Amino acid sequence: MYPEYMQESIRNVEKTRPARLKLAKSGKQLFPRMSAQERDVVLNKFHPDYKPEARREIRIGPNKGERITTKVAELLETFSRINPADFDLDHPDYETDVLVIGAGSAGFSASILAAENGANVILVTKLRIGDSNSMMAQGGIQAAVRPDDSPVLHYLDVIGGGHFDNKPELAKALVCDAPDAIKWLQDLGVMFDRNPDGTMKTKSGGGTCRPRMHSARDYTGAAICRTLRDEVQNRPDKIKILEHQPAVELIKDSNGRVAGAVLYHLENKEYFTIKAKATILSTGGFGRLHIQGFETTNHYGATADGLVMGYRAGANLLYMDSVQYHPTGAVYPLQIVGFLCTEKLRGMGAQPVNKNGELFVYPLEPRDIEASAFIRECTERGNGIKTPAGNLGIWLDTPLIEQINGAGAIKQNLPAMLRQFGRFDVDITKEPMLVYPTLHYQNGGLEINDHCETKLPGLYVAGEASGGVHGRNRLMGNSQLDLIVFGRRAGRYAAEYAKGAKLGKLNLDHVYEYEKEVEKLGIDRKKISPMVLPDYIPEAVKKRQYTTHYEGTLR
Amino acid sequence: MAKDQEMVKVYILGEGFDVPASSTIITAMEYAGFQLTTGVGCREGFCGACATLYREKGDYKLQAGLACQTVVSDGMYIAQIPFVPAEKPIYDITKLTPDINSFKTLYPTVFRCVSCNTCTKACPQDIEVMDYVQALIKGDIAKAADLSFDCIRCGLCALRCPAEIVQYNAGILARRLTGRYLLKKSPDLELRVKEIAEGKYDKDIEKLMKTNKEKIKKLYYEREVKLG
Repeated sequence: MYPEYMQESIRNVEKTRPARLKLAKSGKQLFPRMSAQERDVVLNKFHPDYKPEARREIRIGPNKGERITTKVAELLETFSRINPADFDLDHPDYETDVLVIGAGSAGFSASILAAENGANVILVTKLRIGDSNSMMAQGGIQAAVRPDDSPVLHYLDVIGGGHFDNKPELAKALVCDAPDAIKWLQDLGVMFDRNPDGTMKTKSGGGTCRPRMHSARDYTGAAICRTLRDEVQNRPDKIKILEHQPAVELIKDSNGRVAGAVLYHLENKEYFTIKAKATILSTGGFGRLHIQGFETTNHYGATADGLVMGYRAGANLLYMDSVQYHPTGAVYPLQIVGFLCTEKLRGMGAQPVNKNGELFVYPLEPRDIEASAFIRECTERGNGIKTPAGNLGIWLDTPLIEQINGAGAIKQNLPAMLRQFGRFDVDITKEPMLVYPTLHYQNGGLEINDHCETKLPGLYVAGEASGGVHGRNRLMGNSQLDLIVFGRRAGRYAAEYAKGAKLGKLNLDHVYEYEKEVEKLGIDRKKISPMVLPDYIPEAVKKRQYTTHYEGTLR
Repeated sequence: MAKDQEMVKVYILGEGFDVPASSTIITAMEYAGFQLTTGVGCREGFCGACATLYREKGDYKLQAGLACQTVVSDGMYIAQIPFVPAEKPIYDITKLTPDINSFKTLYPTVFRCVSCNTCTKACPQDIEVMDYVQALIKGDIAKAADLSFDCIRCGLCALRCPAEIVQYNAGILARRLTGRYLLKKSPDLELRVKEIAEGKYDKDIEKLMKTNKEKIKKLYYEREVKLG
């Protein structure tokens, strides 16, 4: 239930709905799509990345001198959690062919493929296996499968959405592997939504020129992730799983190869070492850094640990100046502020409208454009709706979904959304959602090639932690695809590499060297990373927790 | 605003803490000074990591829910469950049949269901858990897959089941068997995979990869958009 004072605005939405429904049913374009110039204007003026404080120069490491997202620069200019002298690397606690760090869908795909290519695998994770952003994706996974679609059109959408900055070899791998990725998932048992004739149900997403979004209701990420998790758990002879033990530093060898990692057990506080011939980072993104104070759609562990470890070891970042804000994050009710409202809502006909019930943007622009248009409507144009907590939002007119697709369409296709809002007494079949952009995705990351290799031998990256696939803006449904395509590639290539890899003496010298640079900047010794988990304890309580004071991180 | 300031008392490990009335169990624990390392995950009701048992003031009943989706009430007793040590049999999905036999072998406990409906009452996703267990007993795998579709593997069904059934793990097997064996295959998908393997699109994509930015921009903005 929305508060009384919002009812007048809701009545405006209801008043304009019949005309907007008619327009939708006519098949005409709801609102003009922006030209290249219009896109530039709205991004420059309203996208959070374009604020002066959004970026600053990073002063150490492989990208020294480059302007990157301020919060990431702060995170990287820090000391290690560990003192390398404490570790006896001649006697590691575990040895394996391939070490996979991070257990979302990219890590799972990598583990399965590495195992199938003959490697022994250790998969380590900070939370339970599968507790990841992969699990939370709702709307879909792209693949050009329909007869009127092709990987060529998909390629064009990917790089247009990414502002033509994507690494071409990565965009090619993404779109060309896509149909086989869907087939692989289907054969593992993912229940994609089908038409009666067996063809896949597909919907449009922001910035796609064909309906290319494959879905499993609005639990697409969950359906994929839990299937892969089950498959990983079915291979105990090849894949060993270590849960609640985040990696906190990479280990290298005397020839400069990456050769494993140091783990930290979150419950008994013990550190462990793993020696590995190849290491895959599938650690995900940085939503829990709350860049520019934004709420986030991301899970609790999304603290960019992989970036820190990889960067400290000497791998370079690409497009670390670009942050994705999902256009539709919930802003009301209070308990779900920042939560994801899937793009599939708009794919199925929900329209964004302002406080007067007017359309003000084409509903399916690429995410950065759409988000910027929402911010413009709420700020410069003053057409937002204010919540009791003081946040602004615009309406996403969801009852239209039922009117366009028939009664029951939301329950059948968007059960997660119906449930999420229903828990807090908003019925989205009858009332619109109140939304505003929310911190969603790390567009850049550690640079890879189409074998998922970084410039450090033995170090591979897959999924959100990597950079280059999506340029400076990812489209809906290409992240789920990225996890599978590059997860599988990383697993395959890492296993092949491991067959011929001979490791020298293990060391953590890169940690000493990096810390020397940090010290020169005069940074407080208390600033350490990776963050591992965010800290939401109130200041007043923290003051009395005398022994837990490492800044911005877990003790 | 006034509503946000309202405080309630909740009991964590038996100790009373004053927290904002709008808190969920997770944010209430954090407000009280607990930094959670287990029993917490996505914080949006999608991953099932935060299964919780709680008791409300004046009530004898233990209730089940997701800590990130349950708003606290005054006098509530709360605790977090770090991990559910439930059984998960090992199998090769390519060697199973999509019928009752797979469950007889791998999940014989489902046949012990006493129809008490405790699992359904415990499910924070409002899934008809007992109905999908009954569908498995009857050998209707596709129905079990459909009914269990929204499961997020919190494990509360198994924790509360008096017959020791691991419903949520049996559910994933039902869905995998359905997805792999029972749903119709897409002819378009098979064809497209074959075309790509034969290199049908390589030349066109490689041409785009070499096209300069201005030209490719033009192609992008002029492309035909078909909605669906």
